[in-house]
Amino acid sequence: MATHRIQITVNGEAKEGQVESRLLLVHFLRENLRLTGTHIGCDTSHCGACTVLLDGQPVKSCTFLAVQADGHQITTVEGLEQNGKLHPVQEGFWEKHGLQCGFCTPGMMLTSCALLNRNRNPSEAEIREAISGNLCRCTGYVNIVKAVQYAAEKLQKEEAHA
Amino acid sequence: MPKTSAEVQGMGHSMKRKEDPRFLRGKGNYVDDVQLPGMLHMDIVRSPFAHAKIKSIKTEAALKVPGVLAVITGETLAKYNLHWMPTLMSDTQMVLPVEKVMYQSQEVAAVIATDRYAAADGVEAVEVEYDPLPVVIDPWEAIKPGAPVLRTDKKGKEDNKIFHWEVGDRSGTDKAFKDAEVTVKQDIYLPRIHVASIETCGCVADFDKVNGKLTVYMTTQAPHAIRTVFALVAGHVGLSEEKIRIIAPDIGGGFGGKVPVYPGYVIAVAASVVIGKPVKWVEDRMENLQADSFARDYHMTAELAAKKDGTITALRIKTLADHGYADAAANPSKFPAGLFSVCTGSYDVKKAFAEVDGVYTNKPPGGIAYRCSFRVTEAAHAIERITDVLAQELKMDPADLRMKNFIKKEQFPYKAALGWEYDSGDYHAALKKAMDKIGYAELRKEQAEKRARGELMGIGICSFTEIVGAGPSKHFDILGIKMFDSAEIRVHPTGKAIARFGTKSQGQGHETTYAQIVAEELGIPAAHVQVEEGDTDTAPYGLGTYASRSTPVAGAAGALAARKIREKAKKIAAHLLEASEEDLVWETGKFSVKGAPGRSKTIQEIAFAAYTNHPQGMEAGLEAISYYDPPNLTFPFGSYICVVDIDRGTGMVKIRRFVAVDDCGNIINPMIVDGQIHGGLTMGMAPALLEEITYDESGNIQGGSFMDYLVPTSMETPSWELDKTTTPSPHHPFGAKGVGESATVGAPPAIANAVVDALSHLGVKHIDIPITPEKVWKILKEKGVAE
Repeated sequence: MATHRIQITVNGEAKEGQVESRLLLVHFLRENLRLTGTHIGCDTSHCGACTVLLDGQPVKSCTFLAVQADGHQITTVEGLEQNGKLHPVQEGFWEKHGLQCGFCTPGMMLTSCALLNRNRNPSEAEIREAISGNLCRCTGYVNIVKAVQYAAEKLQKEEAHA
Repeated sequence: MPKTSAEVQGMGHSMKRKEDPRFLRGKGNYVDDVQLPGMLHMDIVRSPFAHAKIKSIKTEAALKVPGVLAVITGETLAKYNLHWMPTLMSDTQMVLPVEKVMYQSQEVAAVIATDRYAAADGVEAVEVEYDPLPVVIDPWEAIKPGAPVLRTDKKGKEDNKIFHWEVGDRSGTDKAFKDAEVTVKQDIYLPRIHVASIETCGCVADFDKVNGKLTVYMTTQAPHAIRTVFALVAGHVGLSEEKIRIIAPDIGGGFGGKVPVYPGYVIAVAASVVIGKPVKWVEDRMENLQADSFARDYHMTAELAAKKDGTITALRIKTLADHGYADAAANPSKFPAGLFSVCTGSYDVKKAFAEVDGVYTNKPPGGIAYRCSFRVTEAAHAIERITDVLAQELKMDPADLRMKNFIKKEQFPYKAALGWEYDSGDYHAALKKAMDKIGYAELRKEQAEKRARGELMGIGICSFTEIVGAGPSKHFDILGIKMFDSAEIRVHPTGKAIARFGTKSQGQGHETTYAQIVAEELGIPAAHVQVEEGDTDTAPYGLGTYASRSTPVAGAAGALAARKIREKAKKIAAHLLEASEEDLVWETGKFSVKGAPGRSKTIQEIAFAAYTNHPQGMEAGLEAISYYDPPNLTFPFGSYICVVDIDRGTGMVKIRRFVAVDDCGNIINPMIVDGQIHGGLTMGMAPALLEEITYDESGNIQGGSFMDYLVPTSMETPSWELDKTTTPSPHHPFGAKGVGESATVGAPPAIANAVVDALSHLGVKHIDIPITPEKVWKILKEKGVAE
């Protein structure tokens, strides 16, 4: 099977790989780079556990080929914490009990980050719509909504002080 | 108010979860994250037919696929007599078939390869020739004389019946029905559903040929029991229990689906033992939905007898239980229908009789829980639905009918007609609180006004009683192993502790709540109590986490182990303070001498002394272990009220409000309890409105992927409104009852009752769940009210 040389910037670091055409991005991240925070929950791009950011946009890495990410920037859950400080979204999920088993959490947080990057003050309806492609079986979403609201408030405060 | 300080974080504190930092950083360690040197991958060939003879399995082409090392078939396993395995219900199921397949997507062969892509290529290349057999999908057909006998492996088996189970006073109940002023009867079907935890099932089996030790990283809710099962099943091929180590790492949701032993685990173990390398098997979502154990599939006929004033006099339920091709339910062994006999619910019913017949069909095996304690959801749905049918018949308000029949607070402990002794309850208070919170009287007025305008709005009540914390050793065992659970606590010289439990969290937050229990009992800050579970080489033996048993059983063991430590600490304190033990009093975290303020020793000082200055004649150290055998089950309860609006154009049901008043006794961590209820309510709404797995006549599964198995998203899920009452369990060491599944049990009838209530003036008495827009729209059309 044909292989391709790819270069992807993952969490700010340049990564290279020689990959089969059919290799899924999620497997490249999890197995080639050992970034196992990105999870696999279904085969039909419904659950969103595999969500990562591609140039800032959420994509489901289980239905995205590694070769398609060639030359792009990928952010995974491992890239959210900066200089030993949790991202406000991570903090919000912890403060508001927005996670239980933790399996959907990385994808859920990355989708939330993408929402907050385009809308710093989302309504509950906007939050619910944004995360509607990420399934959570544990929390009933109530505390995830609160976690995102917490993060929104925190980001706004940080910017007001900046 | 919590008794402990914000530093100690004992019971009643909404402590932030100790396990979260790793999950938030993507540093959880789930089974698929386990990567061992030289690890191979396994993928499974599955049957396209629901019932077929296997004529041949050709593996040559698969073995030529680059990277494929081996193909394992039933013949391979038969050499070791591992092609069949026992189920937890003393039935048998195939690991891999030799003669025939019994359901669509059944395992047929396994391919072992160097990576997962090669394994999948190998699966494609395995050629299997089938000879289709007659398919039996409908359980009502399955029990008819002359139906094709499915379990031809069982010598002399001439029908598809599995068991008949009954409980209660049949003749007394029949008489009460004969004498009744009013009777109602309703067929109620609870369809087949799937827990669909977001992490599927899988394992990494690692057999070390040199040491003869098998380590299995496995998505299991009950690692210790699994170790024993492996030892019993594979003892004859040399696997001995001390050489088996089960590690349940982080688990991405369980809900009952990770209790059984699935064929994939066993094949991976066999492959690792034969090849001598680690073998990983992780199923994909479609395999998970199509082949793992399902829940429910109960065809119930419920009847109530009552006086004209609404006093319920008797309950009778007859059930046909579709177990698929094997009874692989995960019930306590003496309970083939689980705890279904809690079906008299919250009501003082004098006469009751229930019977369940289990039957084989060409479907995947199971009858496991869907986040509920052994068939309690089925029981609650039956009683809560038929209660509303009676209210409708009597033209009584369903709240009034419930209030009239509730077991009264002063009747506890209450002996129910079907044998259970309910520990404590205050059902009137819970329903009243729910009615006040939602504004019940105003809602009924609004409903009347809307009805006059032709709008469809419904209010549904469910006042459920749960039965959890299995269970007392007198009645509860799994394959003979009594259903105790365990905790072992070691306090280190610096006053910090490690606590290990026989259970296994799958998201419930044990690392936090168990630490809080120890903090409450010993005064050691929860932050300094390290909780571990899931590794059978280190944790004490326990039966695991399911049926809301962690807090009632293992949590109790934690408290009792801590109290043993406190007893020893008292002796050490007496030594240090040169006082007699009788003169010491315990306040959280320290022993003080009565009447001598200032003369005290903290638990940290005592712990240090336990290793540095313990009394002569006493053993050093400060640790204890407890195996807790609960004297009774616990009975959490609650009253839920749901308000729905129905779109007359589409039949869409919208949950406008949902108030849940829960009572789980004393609470360890209110934040976590609320989270459990939010999740449980959502998993209650799911089968009420969305989820269902059905089969066509040929046995093809409908609903076998997330394309059409509709797990609730954030869009359908309402903002749940919670409240609580607190009625401690009188027999539990700290008065807790367990909460993980209450809401899954209570929500479906509340929602179903609300929808039926919205349509009751049109003559609708019952709708089976899931209440889909299509079902409702058909009713609206039939009644001439569709827009």
